[in-house]
Amino acid sequence: MYKYDNYDQTIVDERVAQFRDQTERFLAGKLTEDEYRPLRLMNGLYVQRYAPMLRVAIPYGLLSSEQLRMLAHISRKYDKNYAHFSTRQNVQFNWPALETVPDILADLASVEMHAIQTSGNDIRNTTSDQFAGIAEDELEDPRPYCEIIRQWSTFHPEFSFLPRKFKIAVSGATDDRAAVKVHDIGLYLVKNDAGEIGFNVIVGGGLGRTPFIGPSIRPFLEKQHLLSYLEAILRVYNRYGRRDNMYRARIKILVNDLGKEEFTRQVEEEWSHIKDSVLKLDQKEIDRVKGFFTSPDYDNNAADDTSFDEAEKSNKAFSNWAKRNLFTHRVAGYKAVVVSLKAPGIAPGDATDEQMDHIAALADQYSYGEIVVTHDQNLVLPNVKQADLFSLWEKLSEKDLATANIGLLTDMICCPGLDFCALANAGSIPIAKQINDRFDDIDYLHDIGDLKIKMSGCMNACGHHHVGHIGILGVRKKDEEFYQLTLGGSAETDACLGDRLGPSIAKEEVADVISKLLDVYVEQRQDEERFLDTYRRVGITPFKDRVYPKTAVKEKAYANN
Amino acid sequence: MRIIKDKKISDDDWIIARELDDSAPIPEGKVILPFTYWQANCEELLKQDSIHAIWIDGDIETEELSEDLKHFSIVGLDFPAFKDGRSYTHARMLRDRYGFDGELRAIGNVLRDQMFFMFRCGIDCFEVSEGKDAEEALKSFNDFSVRYQAAADDAVPIYKLR
Ligand code: HEM
Ligand code: SF4
Repeated sequence: MYKYDNYDQTIVDERVAQFRDQTERFLAGKLTEDEYRPLRLMNGLYVQRYAPMLRVAIPYGLLSSEQLRMLAHISRKYDKNYAHFSTRQNVQFNWPALETVPDILADLASVEMHAIQTSGNDIRNTTSDQFAGIAEDELEDPRPYCEIIRQWSTFHPEFSFLPRKFKIAVSGATDDRAAVKVHDIGLYLVKNDAGEIGFNVIVGGGLGRTPFIGPSIRPFLEKQHLLSYLEAILRVYNRYGRRDNMYRARIKILVNDLGKEEFTRQVEEEWSHIKDSVLKLDQKEIDRVKGFFTSPDYDNNAADDTSFDEAEKSNKAFSNWAKRNLFTHRVAGYKAVVVSLKAPGIAPGDATDEQMDHIAALADQYSYGEIVVTHDQNLVLPNVKQADLFSLWEKLSEKDLATANIGLLTDMICCPGLDFCALANAGSIPIAKQINDRFDDIDYLHDIGDLKIKMSGCMNACGHHHVGHIGILGVRKKDEEFYQLTLGGSAETDACLGDRLGPSIAKEEVADVISKLLDVYVEQRQDEERFLDTYRRVGITPFKDRVYPKTAVKEKAYANN
Repeated sequence: MRIIKDKKISDDDWIIARELDDSAPIPEGKVILPFTYWQANCEELLKQDSIHAIWIDGDIETEELSEDLKHFSIVGLDFPAFKDGRSYTHARMLRDRYGFDGELRAIGNVLRDQMFFMFRCGIDCFEVSEGKDAEEALKSFNDFSVRYQAAADDAVPIYKLR
């Protein structure tokens, strides 16, 4: 993985000093609350419902075991012994005291981590595929480009005060596991007719109040032009993105207002001026950064192992886990292991200090000391020999980290909602709990198969509800929590937004309604169809009819949605 | 007004005309004029042999003043609020694209914690708002000794140094 040199370290150290000074000025009364707010926000420090919330960047989701141990340490020393992994491959601490944040940042800097640009109207952490570097369907490892973007965007002097926040995702695989098309800029590594690899540039996707699947504005961009093209897009956005209305300020609105053609024209025009400037990337630099993302020394005989097959045959619990929580590795005899942070009874994405320490130790023992955060809030050990899988599974089970539910109904994405977030309309975590309590039969879950439930506590869509196979959005009616369901969304290569099922439903009914939806699926499915495929084939009507029998709708029990 | 110019604190006698009707008579003395006023009165103004200075806000396109830049010794860039970052791009356009080598002066709500960014975009002069500590503000230029990316200052992409 990428290692800081003196320059990188200096920047994070100087950031700590700067933020310490800003916080001291604030605490001494030299900065008003209003003046301090934007400063702390540029450092991932929000003030939430009960306490400050500190968001820490995990560039493209990649952590070393040492870094994960530091997160455990921070949660123990400054917080309440847990941390929350988010859909943006970041990690959040929900309870740090403001005065201690400079010390937390110093601890982070000691392991090459920071909270730079994890909030504010700037370029945020670049996200990527959790299986980058090991996936069979990968054309090229996207992480070197994420790192190049990270460096270019860090304290970018021109783009630190954009109309709104700005998120970039990069994928190098055929299957999109990074929700690329719902980012402000999404980049797919692609091959052109001449066999060269470059980027397909998507702009203006996003969720929130006005969700969009982003269009491609340049099907092929040579790698050397990556930064100049990004700079051109950002410049057009910085000049013309709306600043009068926070909800219309994302680049998706600009792209939509101008139309894709006109937006593209403006970007290309700007680009023509800066294309051959110092922004042009040297191949040498690309190669240098690539040099950090090398493969470990794989064991050539790893595939000779037979213990894995035997264990799968003899142990049902292990085989359930192996079926769901392993991902095919491009090297024979290896698997990527998904560590589920979705055990029933915990908030999706939460991990305790003990669990983090435990996973760090297992990463050292079994996976070359690396861990990846996924955008659906789990962790991955990317390089595990199949001979080690059984003992790894046993050890994960000790700390409740081996729930066999990856990609299943209970592997939900869930935002903090009303329990923590000041903007929430409704709770998300209690709904996750309701669903977990209701669907606790692992065989049933496995029978239902692939199903992505995504849940947000308000329109801001932190939980990606628009692109869930089943999306759940918290709304508020007459001061009560209600939930609006959508069906058929996807964040993957076939990205699309879900359709509204009907009027919102009461809190206690969510699991019931999901149960009805699943009944329809089970009745209608053909062969190996996933829920999403069946939905696409049969449409919304059978689902609607089951959930809202005609008479009930007339009674207007749920009023104007 | 109190300014920081070339990283030093000083006083100068330029006045910013925030509001000036296009039909108003040409003001006496050293006045930084709204660009719209300049556009309306440039023939008159060019007859005078004084030095010219204008300011723009985020709504004005830098393309509009590119032809006139040669007449200006100062271009003021307005920063009405922390969040409005358009003038950063203005600064870079004026420096990098149009080669303006006069003074770029940040005016308005110029905040200490943003001066490092402004400087990197080519702004060399900063209005110090009433009640702000200029000495304190000077320190901000030293917030970071390393710069990852090239901009309008002398920085080169850091990888070229590695
Ligand atoms: C509790 C504190 C949080 C607050 C106050 C907050 C606030 C917001 C707001 C206001 C937006 C909408 C921005 C826009 O559309 O312009 C947003 C979007 C988003 N947030 Fe959060 N959020 C919080 C926590 C989280 C967490 C924990 C996650 C990850 C699980 C997350 C992930 C996202 C994502 C992925 C979006 C994307 C929507 C988009 O980019 O269009 N947020 N957040
Ligand atoms: S979706 Fe709404 S409730 Fe959930 S974290 Fe985001 S802002 Fe808060």
